Amino acid sequence: MTLVTGWGRFPVIDTEISRPCSLAAVGEAIAATAGAIARGNGRAYGDAAIGARATIAMTSFDRIRSFDPATGRIRLEAGVLLSDLIETFGPRGFLPFVVPGTRFVSVGGAIAADVHGKNHHCEGGFGRYVERILLRTGQGETIEVSREDHSDVFSATVGGMGLTGVILEASMRLRPVETGWIRERIISASDLTAAMRALDAGDSATYSVAWIDCAARGSELGRSLIYLGEHANRGDLPDDTDEFPTGQAPGFSVPIDFPSMTLNRYSIRAFNELYYRKGARRAGGDHVVSLYPYFFPLDTIGGWNRIYGRRGFLQHQCVIPGHGAREVLGDILERITRRGDASFLAVLKKLGQGEGLLSFPLPGYTLALDFPLRGDILSFLDEIDRLVVAAGGRLYLAKDARQSRATFEAGYPDLPRFNAIRQTLDPEGKIRSRLSQRLFDEVQP
Amino acid sequence: MTSRKTVLVLGGSSDIGRATARAFAKAGYDVGLAGRDVAVLEPDAADLQARYNIEAKIWAFNALDTASFQSFVGSLPSLPDVVISIVGLLGVQENAQNDLDHAATIMRSNYEGPALILGLFTEKFLARGNGTIVGVSSVAGDRGRASNYVYGSAKAGFSAFLSGLRARASRGGVHVITVKPGFVRTKMTEGIKLIGPLTVEPQIAGNAILDAVQKQRDVIYVSEKWRLVMLVIKTLPEAIFKKLKF
Repeated sequence: MTLVTGWGRFPVIDTEISRPCSLAAVGEAIAATAGAIARGNGRAYGDAAIGARATIAMTSFDRIRSFDPATGRIRLEAGVLLSDLIETFGPRGFLPFVVPGTRFVSVGGAIAADVHGKNHHCEGGFGRYVERILLRTGQGETIEVSREDHSDVFSATVGGMGLTGVILEASMRLRPVETGWIRERIISASDLTAAMRALDAGDSATYSVAWIDCAARGSELGRSLIYLGEHANRGDLPDDTDEFPTGQAPGFSVPIDFPSMTLNRYSIRAFNELYYRKGARRAGGDHVVSLYPYFFPLDTIGGWNRIYGRRGFLQHQCVIPGHGAREVLGDILERITRRGDASFLAVLKKLGQGEGLLSFPLPGYTLALDFPLRGDILSFLDEIDRLVVAAGGRLYLAKDARQSRATFEAGYPDLPRFNAIRQTLDPEGKIRSRLSQRLFDEVQP
Repeated sequence: MTSRKTVLVLGGSSDIGRATARAFAKAGYDVGLAGRDVAVLEPDAADLQARYNIEAKIWAFNALDTASFQSFVGSLPSLPDVVISIVGLLGVQENAQNDLDHAATIMRSNYEGPALILGLFTEKFLARGNGTIVGVSSVAGDRGRASNYVYGSAKAGFSAFLSGLRARASRGGVHVITVKPGFVRTKMTEGIKLIGPLTVEPQIAGNAILDAVQKQRDVIYVSEKWRLVMLVIKTLPEAIFKKLKF
């Protein structure tokens, strides 16, 4: 048995881990236990990639099966990391259509969480570009699912948190790009209303995201920097610039767990003030930045999750439907700033329609916040959840470690359909995670 | 035929073998993967071709079947520029103490097979007048330790073989490199307690081997920390060393 956590380092769970190297061994790992889940690179924050009994580590499956440079179609094993795809195919003029805030996620994990990026408002999520998925079900069948074959299983697998079976391989499309650079424009917004307006105005931009300074209060509540981005063409680059930036290894690693006192309202406020001023100075005209800092600002700090101390942290990411979102988001931000342990990182962005039955996105605004795990944070977040549910919103399962069943069930109306599909694929309940035990599975008497 | 350089990786399905093949393919080499089970090598060859737009071929090769070596080398359509042996077997020391067959298999897998095949390639390279030979040995060969001396002694023999081969071959334009990986996180070391700061991922080992070939190094420790660790281990007086339990 091994102690395992998600990226948020809470909860800590004792699980069996197997590291199969062949498809047959994956089948054996599923058959051998009552309650296994696949784990990619462990970047889900909570308990999504920890098995009820056993965890199947899939990172050995890191092969590209085929690639067609004429169409950008790629077939690959589920353990391939997006960082690998970017470094390998970027210089050949192809990038994933969708990248989340870290590139260190596996393709299997990206499908299971139907991850979104800064382009969800106009280009959809990761699952939209996935065409076929090879799946090993709890019953021991290996099936290939797509929008044409087993379409119900396909729509349950995209965003299905690995609960329809172990994702073995996938076929998907990559985006042709001229360069690995982004033409970025930063807009500063003095409050929440201005930030949401700037995001609305940025609907036509391929990429858009707002960074909210949660330390700003009162009339400055929701003070933000909005980052818009487009893929830069060759002509946008200075002559002496390589078309593809060299991948950066984490420049700095957090070597130890910070004492949990390090992050307090004063240090966070000082950091945020600095960050806001620095960004505001660069606001205005376009400039070209490498895709790495644009898409993955935190990846440059290896192990940044350790700054929250040994007890770990929670990320709360909700989406609020467009209508009336301003009021609800304002209410949430208000409560957070009143508490004082303002989030180290708060991100606001617009989302479009989700792809799968349990995909997180719905048309509206998503807000993501980090909280160190201490004090009454759990009950405080329950309070926030009530606002989210009342507004018709939901929480992102890939980030979640603590939402209640009631919150989950209220947020995901397609849950009964999902459960019915899962039941036919896996009547014995072989595929189960800690997250599914907490939110999906029938409670054992 | 392409004009790219070619590398042949013996023991290509091991984790270090796969990582090394990727490093060379990324650098533009055509790659040959050789191993006992070609079915296992196929997806790796496809991976290299899809990633790096190079040619990758697979060959059946069994390091214990020394009788087949001449015909194996003869069957290759062309002589590669670089040959790398990552063949090896850690085995189980306790079993090897009483099971002589197991001990012999460890010795043959880590010394006899790799030394004979690399020796054979070296002769071909010398006849051609160029080429690079890489033997992946081990820090375990630097001094026999209580916990793994069957494996270690075979690696020691292999290191000594490479050392002599290097001295002789260098006069004929052929370069021989000895690689001592230290702890690498692989299938072979799974379940063995490794010391974090002294352990590297296979990819690091693969890149280090490519770097050693490009720079024509003689003996490399994949992580330079190991050079120091082994220096200390090698210089400990025997009276103290024999009391250590590692």
